[in-house]
Amino acid sequence: MEFAFIIEKFILIIVVFVITLVIAMYSTLAERKVAGFMQDRLGPDRAGIFGILQPLCDGGKFFFKEEIIPAGAHRPLFILGPTLAIITACIGSAVIPWGQALTIGDRVVELQVADVNVGILYIFGVVALGVYGIMLGGWASNNKFSLMGAVRAASQSISYELAMGLSIIALLMVTQSLSLKEIVAQQEGFVNWNIWAQPLGFLIFLICAFAETNRVPFDLPECETELVGGYHTEYSSMKLGLYMFSEYINMFVSSALMAAIYFGGYNFPFMYDLGLSANWITIIGVFVFFIKIIAFIFFFMWIRWTLPRFRYDQLMNLGWKMLIPLALANIALTGVFIILKDKFF
Amino acid sequence: MQSLSNRKKILEQEPMNFWERIYLPAIFKGLAITLRHFFMKKNTIRYPEETREYSKNFRGMHSLKRDELGRERCTACGLCALSCPAEAITMIAAERQKGEENLYREEKYAAVYEINMLRCIFCGLCEEACPKEAIYLDGPHVPPEYLRKDFIYGKDKLVEQPFINLEELSLNK
Ligand code: SF4
Ligand code: SF4
Repeated sequence: MEFAFIIEKFILIIVVFVITLVIAMYSTLAERKVAGFMQDRLGPDRAGIFGILQPLCDGGKFFFKEEIIPAGAHRPLFILGPTLAIITACIGSAVIPWGQALTIGDRVVELQVADVNVGILYIFGVVALGVYGIMLGGWASNNKFSLMGAVRAASQSISYELAMGLSIIALLMVTQSLSLKEIVAQQEGFVNWNIWAQPLGFLIFLICAFAETNRVPFDLPECETELVGGYHTEYSSMKLGLYMFSEYINMFVSSALMAAIYFGGYNFPFMYDLGLSANWITIIGVFVFFIKIIAFIFFFMWIRWTLPRFRYDQLMNLGWKMLIPLALANIALTGVFIILKDKFF
Repeated sequence: MQSLSNRKKILEQEPMNFWERIYLPAIFKGLAITLRHFFMKKNTIRYPEETREYSKNFRGMHSLKRDELGRERCTACGLCALSCPAEAITMIAAERQKGEENLYREEKYAAVYEINMLRCIFCGLCEEACPKEAIYLDGPHVPPEYLRKDFIYGKDKLVEQPFINLEELSLNK
């Protein structure tokens, strides 16, 4: 029994890992495609039909590029930077529930790698660690632009983690649980999705997610127009590739998180009214979950090719003077609503 | 200061109102615009397979013309070289020998005729200057090369292919 459990988790981890990497890989293609389409172009379409082999070509190119470590750089930290970035990006997906339980024979297989009872806090911790990869890389490069990018990344992520945490508190008041499995299981069907209970909280969370993943309009840590390449100015070949990759994985994980905690995760409308067996519901649920995730990834890209970058003071104003008060107000409002609901319904 | 034209307008930037300060309405407007473009017709021309159509009076690569009997029209008068503002044309003239009447239309012809396509600005003045209607810029654009020397086009690249009479060909067979 114990052995079967390990095998089961092992397979699940491998599958999640591969899916994460494949999605991150194809996000790079999708990004360029979306960019192209929004600018009335076609985007890359030479490698394979519709450019389907483009990510492989890019990956191959990254591997064969010359590896340059600048003379003044702190070698161990310089190498540690991208490593840390990609590791923290990858472990975030461990607590996300991809679907309900599958019943194979008499075994019940949970489609979640680890059901941590403080799942949300775990993700927060991992995301907070992620900024160390950027900071280390930026600092170890021994380059002023890299350092500025790193400092920006640090202060940006601290500022927006606050608002993000506050928006999550309001959500937790509604769900009464920190376990992601619990939270998703509560949002059965369509009307129970947390987005209906927490629209403002979702908006704040979304904005903070953009900031935490360093996506446009909050990509000030890399900001090509001011800082050359920001924290990864000095990086080349696959190390640069890892940084970019970790950005896309972060995007995937935060999309999954948003889909899970606000948009019902694997739940879909009328899931129990169609007369399907439990396994089928699970399978369709996983599918639906991925559609939601991909929709979010598209949204990330859509925003990227619509908005210009914020100025740094605007970024700080938005974070401290708009989002944090809004998030606090949201908590108060949620509290009032919960009490009213208890009193009168 | 007093405006002399009376059309002076003073534009003052008003402080942003609440909706402008939270950016959201503007963001949604922007998103709608980009989404519209997402579904629009794409302007990409997939080059080697598709080519953009040239305009009718496009001035491209030069060609040295032949007359209706297939003889080269150029008489190496040098007017094209003289008129060329970019000094792109050089030539060496030669006299037509007996028996070459079917090759060259005039008694003097260009034994060597070179245009440096890197110098040429495709102004078309050579075309205008030519008294013999021997040179026209009616080709496509100049293809890329790796070496500068390959951009100096000689007669092999410039002179039109000899006119082949299909009927004669079939008669000879
Ligand atoms: S097109 Fe103009 S620049 Fe070019 S060869 Fe003729 S005269 Fe010279
Ligand atoms: S191309 Fe025309 S202008 Fe130039 S040398 Fe020949 S005949 Fe004269």
